[in-house]
Amino acid sequence: MTEPTTTQKAQGFTDKHLLKPFDVCVTSGKMAARQAVGEVFVELAELSLDAEEIATVELVLAEAINNIVEHAYPASDFQGQIHIGCSHQNNGLHFTILDHGCPMPEGQMPLGLAQDVDIDPLDLAEGGYGWFLIKDLAKDICYERLGAKNRLNLRIAVAIHQIRS
Amino acid sequence: MEISVRNEGSLCIVSVQEARIDAAVALAFKEAMRKSTDGGETDVVLDLRQVEFIDSSGLGAIVATMKFLAPNRSLILAGLTTAVEKVFKLTRMDSVFSVFSTLDQALAGQSD
Repeated sequence: MTEPTTTQKAQGFTDKHLLKPFDVCVTSGKMAARQAVGEVFVELAELSLDAEEIATVELVLAEAINNIVEHAYPASDFQGQIHIGCSHQNNGLHFTILDHGCPMPEGQMPLGLAQDVDIDPLDLAEGGYGWFLIKDLAKDICYERLGAKNRLNLRIAVAIHQIRS
Repeated sequence: MEISVRNEGSLCIVSVQEARIDAAVALAFKEAMRKSTDGGETDVVLDLRQVEFIDSSGLGAIVATMKFLAPNRSLILAGLTTAVEKVFKLTRMDSVFSVFSTLDQALAGQSD
């Protein structure tokens, strides 16, 4: 176990409040998000997140993974791997989501602007809400193309929970 | 996709019998909604009491259902759980639909 940093000591945090980093890997497909989220919550169980934190983590991860399934891996690719790493730090849960699929358009994350809803309901978009939700709910979102990989980093702020002993 | 359909007064009530409307079932949900409401003339109440999670795919499928029923029939939402309500509020979709916290209120046509 590493020594707490000065900041951690000053704020009364020590590593015993933090989960060990963990990884989850799933295969692309329409069940990928359910499976990954299920496995992540097994690892997060001892954190005793509240209902709102659970809902936020679940939604952000599901949207990020669904984007990979829909856009990074072609529908014919049944072997595409999606890797989710989580590191628990004082300012929340840091997730790294990796895939080996196509890069995002022009190497950039979509803007994720809110869809206009003050229009004729028949003109309402049936998609495009996913990135808006990710950007609204997660912090420090960063996308990078690394060789043949996509890497999305994001943080979800959660309260400091005493780990259940 | 498990849904149940019944008519009550001048409304068709479709109750979702699953805990999630997500990418895994969004297409099946859309198809089930289309089949169960096709040919009818009444407004439709979507009973979401059992749904604990919805993602943007599920939201899109509900929008598609609303558009399928329009312009003559409305899609009314009832019994949104906390997590589902949050997605509707964040995307401002709560301003597009008539939303009732309980099924009884939806049937009585009362707002919250």
